[in-house]
Amino acid sequence: MTHAPAIEFDNVAYGIGDLSAEFSFQRAAGTVTAILGPSGAGKSTLLNLAAGFLSPRTGRILQDGKPVDDLPPSARGVSMVFQDNNLFAHLDIRTNIGLGLDPALRLDDRAWRKVETALDRVGLAGFGRRQPASLSGGERQRVALARAFVRRRPLLLLDEPFDGLGPGLAADMLGLMLEIRAEVGATVLMVTHDPDEASAAADQILLVSKGRIAADAPAEGFFERHDLPELESYLGRKSGT
Amino acid sequence: MLTRTEHHASRAGGVAALMFIGLALAAPVAVLVAQGTGSDVSASQGAYLARITWFTLLQAGLSTLLSVGFAVPLARSLARRPSFWGRRWLINLFAVPLGLPPLVAALGLLEVWGRNGVANQGLALFGVETPFSIYGLSGILIAHVFFNMPLAARLILPGLERLPPEYWKTAANLGMSGFNLFRFVEWPAMRRSVGAAAGLVFMLCATSFTLVLVLGGGPAATTLEVAIYQALRFDFDPGRAVLLSAIQIGLTLAVMLGLKLISVPTEAGDTKGGGTDRPDVARGWHALPDAALIGAAGVFVGAPLVAVVISGLAADLMRLLTDALFWRAAATSLLIGIAAAIVSVSLASLMVRARYSAGDQPQSRRLGLLSGMSGAAGSLTLLVPPVVLGAGWFLMLGGGAGQLLAPLAVIVLINALMALPFVMRVIEPAHQSAMERNGRLALSLGITGINRIRQIDIPAMLVPLATGFVFAVALSLGDLGAIALFGSDRIVTLPWLLYQKLGSYRTADAAGLALLLGVTTMALMIIADRLGNRSGSALWPGKQLQ
Repeated sequence: MTHAPAIEFDNVAYGIGDLSAEFSFQRAAGTVTAILGPSGAGKSTLLNLAAGFLSPRTGRILQDGKPVDDLPPSARGVSMVFQDNNLFAHLDIRTNIGLGLDPALRLDDRAWRKVETALDRVGLAGFGRRQPASLSGGERQRVALARAFVRRRPLLLLDEPFDGLGPGLAADMLGLMLEIRAEVGATVLMVTHDPDEASAAADQILLVSKGRIAADAPAEGFFERHDLPELESYLGRKSGT
Repeated sequence: MLTRTEHHASRAGGVAALMFIGLALAAPVAVLVAQGTGSDVSASQGAYLARITWFTLLQAGLSTLLSVGFAVPLARSLARRPSFWGRRWLINLFAVPLGLPPLVAALGLLEVWGRNGVANQGLALFGVETPFSIYGLSGILIAHVFFNMPLAARLILPGLERLPPEYWKTAANLGMSGFNLFRFVEWPAMRRSVGAAAGLVFMLCATSFTLVLVLGGGPAATTLEVAIYQALRFDFDPGRAVLLSAIQIGLTLAVMLGLKLISVPTEAGDTKGGGTDRPDVARGWHALPDAALIGAAGVFVGAPLVAVVISGLAADLMRLLTDALFWRAAATSLLIGIAAAIVSVSLASLMVRARYSAGDQPQSRRLGLLSGMSGAAGSLTLLVPPVVLGAGWFLMLGGGAGQLLAPLAVIVLINALMALPFVMRVIEPAHQSAMERNGRLALSLGITGINRIRQIDIPAMLVPLATGFVFAVALSLGDLGAIALFGSDRIVTLPWLLYQKLGSYRTADAAGLALLLGVTTMALMIIADRLGNRSGSALWPGKQLQ
């Protein structure tokens, strides 16, 4: 029997005019997809649609074969990690993670132990009472991953999460993200503009250009292809070389 | 970057300005103290003083509670709805009460909430027999909320709009809404500015004069400021005025110290651009509560303004404009305003320059004192409210009856001191950046001394100086506090004339006058605001220091 895709965009259209976007694609459960494209191409729009922050003008978004368009973001089985400001700066680390388990922070001892376990999992054991400002940028992203870890949502959306961390740290974080994804069993959509990151982490690529999907292909060997004009111009390669 | 001689001149100017302000403040206070030591408090007077003080605190506390209590949900609703038709317009509307002469606003409030006002007619439709009375505590509260709720909302809103858009996305993602969102995100973002706004509003209400004078109902609803005025103007009881003044100064001092302790007043940031998208907020009919709250606030603030315009246009403006007394009052008002503005801008310029000069040598304790005192001079004028200041001068001049120049000079002085903190706020940052831009160049070209001031500094400062000047004129034009003590048949200003028309139930004349006065001051305020925007100095909502 065939499983329904973990996430499917069925002729999803958003906005009108120059800023319009139209997406159709589907992903099987447990896959990692890198979303690439020039800035302003609609990568974040795609992610915001999947998260439910934006509503499509037409078309449907399905998770596990069920339409989710009428569900609020919190009911969609989605965790999200942004490039920055993932943590409420005035709340300590354990509260920031705990809110991922219950938005009213009504947590019993078992739930708080989950929070501690998650911190331990991302290598930040004992950081629970610290304020976000006292952590480095990389540590803060670890906390965001810890929150995604406790939430265990089937869809993990990442919006350039390791940008600005430096190559070494970004690679470490990518590894941690992949481990957590495997433990949770989540499907990942990850916006990045780093081809190396995409090849290292992703099974598949979505190349977005001018609000359309220019290429939907396996990551394997993708960047060696020369048949895609959008890819050539995105990577800054002269066509014909 | 100043030469040695310029430094000396700047500091000498600063010291002179400080001495002038010190004298203007100390002389009346000294007179009050001298008079006060001769009077003794009888038991009945003690009870009277206690009652007035209690009412002052009570109305200020309730006004603060109501203003901030409405401003918090209002700011929250506005932040939740970053884009609706007329939002920007509405937020600009909320700046209007800040610049409106209190007397004009009082008239608008009477039109809406008075005995025959719209509110009571509405109540009558629903069969409510006893009309709501605007005189007394309820009227004072309505007026204070009208003035301060929009101010508080404008102070609180930027705290929410400054939050990064990811916060709202995360909130939506985690399912935080309603009370949870308020508890964990919105309130922590607002808390600081709510504290600052509350302190500021309390200060404004505790020293409010005009609104209480017009809307307070007799001895039961009188504040210290109005009681001082009554003691001098009607009972000629200097002893009582002195005691009341002492209590008022003690009270404002305590509030100011308290304000210093709880928080620094936050800047009211720019809210004009609208907020960020709010994916955590449901649309459609879910927007109804927010829309209702925002709409109600808009009507509450807008209705009295509309009422001023409508009743003003209904008045016989032609007759008013051909009345010789009107033109005399207008000329007097304008002269006082211009004189006050000249004094205020001059004092501010001297002190700003001295502060800049002193800042060059931060290690010197003496210069640090000069800088600190010049900075504090603005707030010092808040410590001694205009009516108290006026009371001292009033006693010194023996009531000022039959005199012309001396009372006029005192009114100019008081208005100049009132405007000083705002004028300094406009001039100081502009001066700072102008000096950074031109200082080295002027020095390297050898343009120094008076030449430098004439050819470089004044042209560079023209716009901020004009901003401060126009603002000072507008503030002075709408002021009733200083003129209330000295107004007579010989000295008539527009607010004084308006107050007299109100007192003698010449309502139509009053409405016409209010419209003319309101339009004039608002036009000046808008000019000052535009100029201020051009020079990059934030004047608006400038009243936050008051």
